[in-house]
Amino acid sequence: MADKIIYAMYGDDEVLKSSAKKLVSNGIKIAEVYSPFPVHGIDPIIGVKGTRLGIMAFLYGLTGLTLATIGMRYFMVLEWKMNIGGKPNFSYVENILAFIPVSFEFTVLCAAHGMAITYLLLNRTLPGMKAQNPDPRTTDDKFVMEIRLSDQSVGEDKIDELLKDTGFEELEKKITE
Amino acid sequence: MQKEAAIREPLILGHKTYHDVTEDVCKPIEDKAPRMWYILFSIALIIGLYGVGSICYLLGTGIGVWGLNKTIGWAWDITNFVWWVGIGHAGTLISAVLLLFRQKWRMAINRSAEAMTIFAVFMAGTFPLIHMGRLWVGYWVLPLPNHFGSLWVNFNSPLLWDVFAISTYLSVSLVFWYIGLIPDFATIRDRAKKPVSKRMYSILSFGWSGRAKHWNRFELVSLVLAGLATPLVFSVHSIVSFDFATSVVPGWHTTIFPPYFVAGAVFSGFAMVQTLLLVMRKAMKLEAYIHTKHVEYMNIVIMVTGSIVGTAYITELFISWYSGVEYEAYAFLNRATGPYWWAYWSMMTCNVISPQLMWIRKLRRSLLFTFFISIIVNIGMWFERYVIIVTSIHRDYIPAAWSMHYPSHIDIAVYIGTIGLFFTFFLLFARYFPVLALNEIKTILKGSGQSYKESPDYHKHH
Repeated sequence: MADKIIYAMYGDDEVLKSSAKKLVSNGIKIAEVYSPFPVHGIDPIIGVKGTRLGIMAFLYGLTGLTLATIGMRYFMVLEWKMNIGGKPNFSYVENILAFIPVSFEFTVLCAAHGMAITYLLLNRTLPGMKAQNPDPRTTDDKFVMEIRLSDQSVGEDKIDELLKDTGFEELEKKITE
Repeated sequence: MQKEAAIREPLILGHKTYHDVTEDVCKPIEDKAPRMWYILFSIALIIGLYGVGSICYLLGTGIGVWGLNKTIGWAWDITNFVWWVGIGHAGTLISAVLLLFRQKWRMAINRSAEAMTIFAVFMAGTFPLIHMGRLWVGYWVLPLPNHFGSLWVNFNSPLLWDVFAISTYLSVSLVFWYIGLIPDFATIRDRAKKPVSKRMYSILSFGWSGRAKHWNRFELVSLVLAGLATPLVFSVHSIVSFDFATSVVPGWHTTIFPPYFVAGAVFSGFAMVQTLLLVMRKAMKLEAYIHTKHVEYMNIVIMVTGSIVGTAYITELFISWYSGVEYEAYAFLNRATGPYWWAYWSMMTCNVISPQLMWIRKLRRSLLFTFFISIIVNIGMWFERYVIIVTSIHRDYIPAAWSMHYPSHIDIAVYIGTIGLFFTFFLLFARYFPVLALNEIKTILKGSGQSYKESPDYHKHH
């Protein structure tokens, strides 16, 4: 489906934010914002929800803890009861102190790597991926707002009119297939 | 936007814009390397290769080429291991603990401190691996199914905890570091003109585009990784100290070891950060970002952790007498007055006296003095490990077995070699990677930058 995209480029994060606020309060939907650094406060304006990656990290950590517990219980208590200094491992609970360091390390290992991999997959940022920022300057000092015409209930003229006094530096329109 | 008091010293000096920050950090990467870089790199590489050669000789001949003997089974190898792991503690402390405490000054130093951490842990890991003698069976430390023999690895052993601690620490630090690097690689990618470097940085930046949702996730991932890395930092050196503390050797069998080792690690890590950054800021013209205030903050950390270390030394001495255990008392008496007295007193001078000089504001704000002290601290912390390890075991329970440790040529070559390799890696990092966290620096430019603080409307926002 053919669509028209408007890219409005700003030179300052505060200007970008006030402009986004104005557009959104007039019912315009902003599809995306590209910025060189995290612009604090932009997410609620353009409707980006908080990520749930933290919950994922917790679940990965829990998985790690479980695996470590199952593993060590099997290795040290069930499969081969090692007798160290006259203290054989007959039960996991009674020897739990010795198992705490590895449980902790393995929990952190799984939580950190699980979350990092999920993060990269969700973002689709992986080796060999193509960059999708509309202008190379958005990783330097420019902020670009992307507005898709197909998302809007109003026409292009109305958007142009709203954008006019927001202090953008460049405006670009692109037609996509 | 977060504002801070106008009377606080700005963290970014000069009248910088977002673009200036990008320019300042990317310029050294895009320009030709200065001649000095090639000279330093060649020296570091030659020393590093000498170390690699010595390691090859060691592996081909056997551990007998080291100065170990039947009484002293651990000496330079484990000293160097603990020394490097300790140095590797500053990076994650700066990037994780200081992130949780919202210390903005960390943003100028965290990238290079983390790089230093990773390289230092690499160097540390070398020592236990080559001490196995048979490097090719190094993977036996992992819990593998027991067709290799009849046993699993021993999960009750602190040495195995160390395997888990060090490998978790290394890999988590690496991931933490790389996730922060991705957006900055994208900045270099978008500026690159030469096709080869464009291609390289495209691959390294994983196609980062800077979307709002991605930044949202980025910030949370950084925070959670910091939350995970914080207890990890403390656990790693605690576990390293368990290697000694869980034994029954007088001088090692001490409950004070974990906190004392962690404080010592932070102490030596910050000293190494100072050594490297004081040179780097000058060579790469980053004085506007890493300036006296940053150095002062780090010196305060050195002073505090140095005081903790000093207190621990004195506590150890007191307890060895107060415990009433004559072996324990002898171990400490022997450290201070025995054949290794010079090592003990070097340690005491370097680690207890020198950080106390940081109470003087003028000294802790002097870059030259800081550089000098940072070297002294690194020497002192090496001696600390040597004193703990060698002096505790060289005179054991049976006087007939008493012995001395003299490092062999290979002992010294491997140690110096790891220093060479460390600097080789660090110089490569400084040449090809963004040494400041660009995206983070830009977020504090308005709150802590000099021009914004001095602007007349700074106070209007309050």
